[in-house]
Amino acid sequence: MNKTKGTSITSVISASSVGTMIEWYDFYIFGSLATIISTKFFPQDNPTAAFLSTLATFAAGFVVRPFGALFFGRLGDLIGRKYTFMVTLLLMGGATFLIGCIPSYETIGFMAPVLILLLRLLQGLALGGEYGGAATYVAEHSPEGKRGFMTAWIQTTATVGLFVSLLVIMGTRAALSAEDFDAWGWRVPFWVSILMVLVSYLIRKNMEESPVFAKAKAAGKTSTNPLKESFGKKLNFKFVLLALFGAVMGQGVIWYTGQFYAMSFIEKTMNVDKEQVDSLMFIALMLGTPFFLVFGWLSDKIGRKWIMMAGMLIAIVSYRPIYENMYQTTNLANKVELSSSNSMVNNVNTVTTVYADSTIQQEIQKTNPTNGAITTTIKISINSSDKQKLILLVFIQVLFVTMVYGPIAAFLVEMFPTKIRYTSMSLPYHIGNGVFGGLLPAVATYLATNAKTAGKTDWYLEGLWYPIGVAAVCLVIGVIYINGKDKEIND
Amino acid sequence: MNLIKKILGIVWLALGLAVGYFGVTILGIPKLTSGKQDDLVFGIIICFILLPIVVGGLLVFGKYALQGEYDLIDDN
Repeated sequence: MNKTKGTSITSVISASSVGTMIEWYDFYIFGSLATIISTKFFPQDNPTAAFLSTLATFAAGFVVRPFGALFFGRLGDLIGRKYTFMVTLLLMGGATFLIGCIPSYETIGFMAPVLILLLRLLQGLALGGEYGGAATYVAEHSPEGKRGFMTAWIQTTATVGLFVSLLVIMGTRAALSAEDFDAWGWRVPFWVSILMVLVSYLIRKNMEESPVFAKAKAAGKTSTNPLKESFGKKLNFKFVLLALFGAVMGQGVIWYTGQFYAMSFIEKTMNVDKEQVDSLMFIALMLGTPFFLVFGWLSDKIGRKWIMMAGMLIAIVSYRPIYENMYQTTNLANKVELSSSNSMVNNVNTVTTVYADSTIQQEIQKTNPTNGAITTTIKISINSSDKQKLILLVFIQVLFVTMVYGPIAAFLVEMFPTKIRYTSMSLPYHIGNGVFGGLLPAVATYLATNAKTAGKTDWYLEGLWYPIGVAAVCLVIGVIYINGKDKEIND
Repeated sequence: MNLIKKILGIVWLALGLAVGYFGVTILGIPKLTSGKQDDLVFGIIICFILLPIVVGGLLVFGKYALQGEYDLIDDN
């Protein structure tokens, strides 16, 4: 039915993807600069400020995103997709820019963490509204049989946003001295956002409204109360539940496992040096990103359901062997020690151990001069062959991510009618990703810590029971209850 | 297939109740009572956001499955 020309659909995809990528960029730079932000705004020796810091981390990711989905989803179904996701873009860009402008805790006291928390909540709200709008907008412009491939561009934006945030931060660090970056340079990535948002706004401003929505509106077929129709009527609400429990819940945990838990596992459980972790994650994600498009395209050919279900199944059965392999890569008990040296500088004692395969372990003990307390940090520098092995193991996990995440936008769009599509698809997406996926690091760390305390030998694998369990339930529900046939969206 | 969908409805209802019980006793209460602020926020999120969504959602989903609501979308 859709008559959109090739060039127009390219513009639609570009305008939507760039905007969504910028929103992810804005969301990630806060996380990437969390350590420096906490020293400027949330001093850890102040319990209230530390509490606000925890709230800023958790609340924006979990609580606010679904509210953003409801608020902006409703707006998008009432007044249109285009204007709504322009608002979310400006809201996100404005909030990010202002985070870069707020004076530190030392200058304005408690107002600083309070303002940061409020702006972070606005970021979460905007992110909750953006994704559904972009996915719906692109899908409703896409020709029949290409919807999976076209919406897969939107799916790449979360990963590309992470790349860009790392690049801007690394570029700023490289351009400034360490002192300047610590004093004011960390604000630059936040200020850069407003320029990107303005460019994206100008591109989006000239785009047309979604043809499917415009047609429905002209025919008087839009909803007057999208929230009531989406969640108050059994006929639609049962599909919202099916989308959540049969697809998005599993996709959320697999996404967070491959993209975030893997990174935290290598850094905190395996103690690999942070710079090496960043670079190997960067390479694995870069190699994996094109597969979002591959699986989106494939979903147009063989259907969305079975690609997503296959991704979940393979992930469920292979997570434990993959993580066992990762852990053993840097397990020093498997390596031959060559030499060990000791150095003491300014109350910092460093024990450096070199192994036969060029792995180097540094055990850094810092003594607090005030109370004599000793904190110990272990840092392992891996050799290039171990690094390549870890890149491969993370890349395999990213492939699972692309299988479940690549086709999901098209899948969700096809599940709901035009008049309540934005609202109905946004909520399960943000609950699945924000709540089920977002809680993964905390729940998995809790399970692993408990197992370690209980003396289990494979304690480091225990955290995986959370993604495995959630994905397994989702797989059963998806296989049995989801209809695998592609659907018409012009209703 | 419709019969399996309905029978599994009981499983989802039972799973919802089990997640609720174990979620509160194993995850929620220990976190809420640990005395640490990070744990408190985590416990609140588990008890008042994650569990209501999972338990409530699974109970309603199980009920709908048991009532045959998902029979309508069976491929056959």
